[in-house]
Amino acid sequence: MTTDMMTLVLSINGEDRAVVFPAHHTLLEVLREECGLTGTKHGCELGECGTCTVLVDGVPVLSCLELAAELEGRKIETVEGMQRGNELHPLQAAFADLGAAQCGYCTPGILMAAKALLAHNAKPSVDEIKAALAGNLCRCTGYHKIVQAVEWAAAIARGEGGYAPPREAFFGAAPPEDGAKGARDG
Amino acid sequence: MASRKGTAPAARPKERAPGAAPKPAPSNTPPATRPGAERARNIIGKPFRRVDGRAKATGQTKFADDLVFPRMAFLRLVRSTVPHAKIRRIDLDAARALPGVLGFLTGAEMPEPFGILPVSQDEHVLCPDKVRFVGDPVVAVAALTEDQAIAAALAVIVEYEPLATIASVEEAIATPEPRIHDYGDRGNLHKIVSMEFGDVEAGFAAADHVFEDLVFYEGNTHLPMEQHAAVAVPEDTDRITVYSSTQTPHYLHRALAKVLGLPAARIRVIATPNGGGFGGKSDPFNHEICAAKMALELGRPIKITLTREEVFYCHRGRHPVLMKLRTGFTKSGAMTAQHLQTALDGGAYGSYGVASTYYTGALQTVTYRLPRYRFDSVRAFTNKPPCGPKRGHGTPQPRFAFEVHLDKVAHALGIDPAELRLQNLVPANSVTANWLKVGSIGLGRCIEAVVAGSGWRERRGRLPRGRGLGLACGAYLCGAGLPIYWNHMPQSGVQIQLDRSGCVAVFCGETEIGQGSDSVVAACVAEILGVDLKDIRLCVADTDLTPVDLGSYSSRVTVMAGNAAVQAAERAREIVARGAAEELGVPASRLAFAEGRVFDVEDPARGLLFAAAVAAAESRTGTIGTTGSYIPPRSPGRYRGAGVGPSPAYSFSAAVIEVEVDEETGLCDVVHVWIAHDVGQCINPVLVMGQVEGSVYMGLGEACMEEQAFRRLPRARSNALVHKFPSLLEYKSPTFADMPPVTTYIIEDPDPNGPFGAKEVGQGPLLPIMPAVANAIFDAVGVRIDQVPIGPHMILHALAQQAKGKEARFGPKEFPEFDFGIPLAVRTPDEGGDGTASNQEEAKVRKGIGTMTERKEALKGGS
Repeated sequence: MTTDMMTLVLSINGEDRAVVFPAHHTLLEVLREECGLTGTKHGCELGECGTCTVLVDGVPVLSCLELAAELEGRKIETVEGMQRGNELHPLQAAFADLGAAQCGYCTPGILMAAKALLAHNAKPSVDEIKAALAGNLCRCTGYHKIVQAVEWAAAIARGEGGYAPPREAFFGAAPPEDGAKGARDG
Repeated sequence: MASRKGTAPAARPKERAPGAAPKPAPSNTPPATRPGAERARNIIGKPFRRVDGRAKATGQTKFADDLVFPRMAFLRLVRSTVPHAKIRRIDLDAARALPGVLGFLTGAEMPEPFGILPVSQDEHVLCPDKVRFVGDPVVAVAALTEDQAIAAALAVIVEYEPLATIASVEEAIATPEPRIHDYGDRGNLHKIVSMEFGDVEAGFAAADHVFEDLVFYEGNTHLPMEQHAAVAVPEDTDRITVYSSTQTPHYLHRALAKVLGLPAARIRVIATPNGGGFGGKSDPFNHEICAAKMALELGRPIKITLTREEVFYCHRGRHPVLMKLRTGFTKSGAMTAQHLQTALDGGAYGSYGVASTYYTGALQTVTYRLPRYRFDSVRAFTNKPPCGPKRGHGTPQPRFAFEVHLDKVAHALGIDPAELRLQNLVPANSVTANWLKVGSIGLGRCIEAVVAGSGWRERRGRLPRGRGLGLACGAYLCGAGLPIYWNHMPQSGVQIQLDRSGCVAVFCGETEIGQGSDSVVAACVAEILGVDLKDIRLCVADTDLTPVDLGSYSSRVTVMAGNAAVQAAERAREIVARGAAEELGVPASRLAFAEGRVFDVEDPARGLLFAAAVAAAESRTGTIGTTGSYIPPRSPGRYRGAGVGPSPAYSFSAAVIEVEVDEETGLCDVVHVWIAHDVGQCINPVLVMGQVEGSVYMGLGEACMEEQAFRRLPRARSNALVHKFPSLLEYKSPTFADMPPVTTYIIEDPDPNGPFGAKEVGQGPLLPIMPAVANAIFDAVGVRIDQVPIGPHMILHALAQQAKGKEARFGPKEFPEFDFGIPLAVRTPDEGGDGTASNQEEAKVRKGIGTMTERKEALKGGS
């Protein structure tokens, strides 16, 4: 088997990189193997799980289905580009503080999808968050902490520094005293 | 904390609301020897950023497939395409000629069998003579690149001579020959268990009513987002390091030593953080051992990463279990006896199966008072991927059966299902009929919380048709009482090293699989030494450097590694306190450790920075290091099989679920989940929340959609048993869009055996979910679905039956006729028993009992 190699300059996280790679390789493979950017994960390499989500020109794409060869001149963003200096992006900080990352494997993909959402919707509703992230599977969290973390980060990004997730997000609900009240407190 | 900038930690709730955090029971009072023990806790019980949170949110956590080494080559396994066959011929010639190919391995090169349980050493790294399921590995090929390894694997030719296949327990019972394995209790039956605690027939005779149910629980799989991966790096002659996404580095270590024929001291296993485990990475796997063997052969690092399809073949997931449950009740709703029969479809290998078999009965007794109990079980070998431990290991199936059964009983007796449970609760600090010692039990408070929260008493049975509420409970282990191989050594160990820098280095064999075990160990140490979590340096899951911890399974880490960490930290604290006491001229008993200082409780201004206190101790005692270890208390059961079920403590959960059923389509929508979990004491409530919500999620998947199902291809097309859904797209699991609102109540009933009173939370909260959904469907439309996952066709079928005035039910119709033999008879504590069986001899000699020891002897004699 001979492999056609290809040389391209890719713009990744605002940095131009000359990359040599097998022409048939996906963006996922090139990011992880040629660029050493292993923050982008894979869960199926078939476009089914969302784990490998990155942004291309601000739009979430499944990097396992994207040919790197076609991305010259496009703006590629990965989880490694989220921090500013040593400071975490509000999404990253919220995910870390709320336990929205448990095993952390789906986290980079979800962070990228959430970042794209917040870029065009500063105050997304819970349903809008769910819709934007529904292509990303997570087996650990049950998704609630992720939704709460995105709401938290959105508030921080809007400059609402006083906002914090409800007490229940950290401690659970206070058990009701008797059955007569609080049929729906969640 | 700089990294929290902008996320407003100050806005977080500082204090627990009244009622949410009960005072610890006196039994949990910290030892009086601990100086300043009465002070408030600084870390335990408060939400903190998990210690690996930053790395995970930045993508910096290194999973196994993220590792790269110079000269690293790639491995690929050639897996069987047929479900049961003799290997007639392997032809490597075409593959060998391909570019980049470095070498091959076949079964002949690794003849030593392995397996997780000592009694089921029935796997080979590569099948030497026959294959037992589609996906069984036959050949391993290494090449310079992954693409080349894939091409070479495709070029390998394997010829098979097909054998008859077995697809179910029923077929296994009916087909003793050909045997899938040449060991096991009988024909193709791997394990047969029968035991009776107390006179069950007398119990039934004393009952006013005897209820019987047949229930089926379909198998499902873990589906961790990370595909299994391993990298083997030869470090020196005959010395090798294996990095792997394993939950059990210690057991992998043992399997590697056995198969490779190397002393364990020359093998180093490092468990990389797992990208999800749920039990699916708890066995030693073919690919891990193959990578090590190939790395040693080629003298270069070898990486293997499984494809998603291969992850489905590794499986070790939930056993499909058919169950028959019979329970005697008095008119007032007290249980007199129960007889549970379970039949497990084990798949092609033993895995944890013997333990799984016992677990389908063991924990039936720890929720409600069951004075007499009989349990029969059979596990069959079938030509499908091996089943093993998935979150709840063997318990969700009988728990589903029991809780659905109880709901029916409550309706038949005219008792509120919540009351029926509350009136039957196992008392705290009691011993069950099958000799399990139950310590703390917060189940009553769990039930009260979800009943009140959901408006159960006012709303159940009164919602419009189509809407309904269901309630169920569960209980789970906080670590298995016994190790997988018999020994008297610690099940968890922690080592602490302190020096003048003030850094606290903590070494522990525990494995972070996302559940937060790193944070638990760090928090226990930081709390006791009064330092910031950032001053803790963790080194975990490295068999060269860290004391043995058996692994992240059976919800054991918080209790076992936590207790070991507490012991090591208390010993370190004592050494530092002695040094600081001399330095300050204050008795050590008056010193407190908090906020990075060691100070006089009577004059807090008088003190030392923690680093200075360590320096004071280091200059007096020399280099400082301490250890801590944990061995669970011995369980009172002394009968054969008593090793499965005991635990230092049990966690308890209760859930109420509201559903909406569409009678046109049969679709069931889960509207809301109320769940309460007795965690003993939170180490970190926000991580407890995550485990509870994650369990609810996984339980809803099992209740509504997840199934590891197979179909048999037509005889003309190989008759193979193939996966219906070996992909993430076809194997349905809940997405963001499927997850309903969840109200979580954390109940804290501290257990004296847990660190700070803590119990498990990783598995227990899954248990009540599936039965609560089924019970809610009954409340909504009056039909019983005695099977999971619950599909719309099942509801439609039951509704059609209901319309015809027939039994409004969907579920299994019969349990196979089967002779379980003479049950092991064990008198209960109430009957004055001593934990032993009264007929050990008789039951032991019953026909068909085989062990691997016998198998080995037989093989020796035959060859």
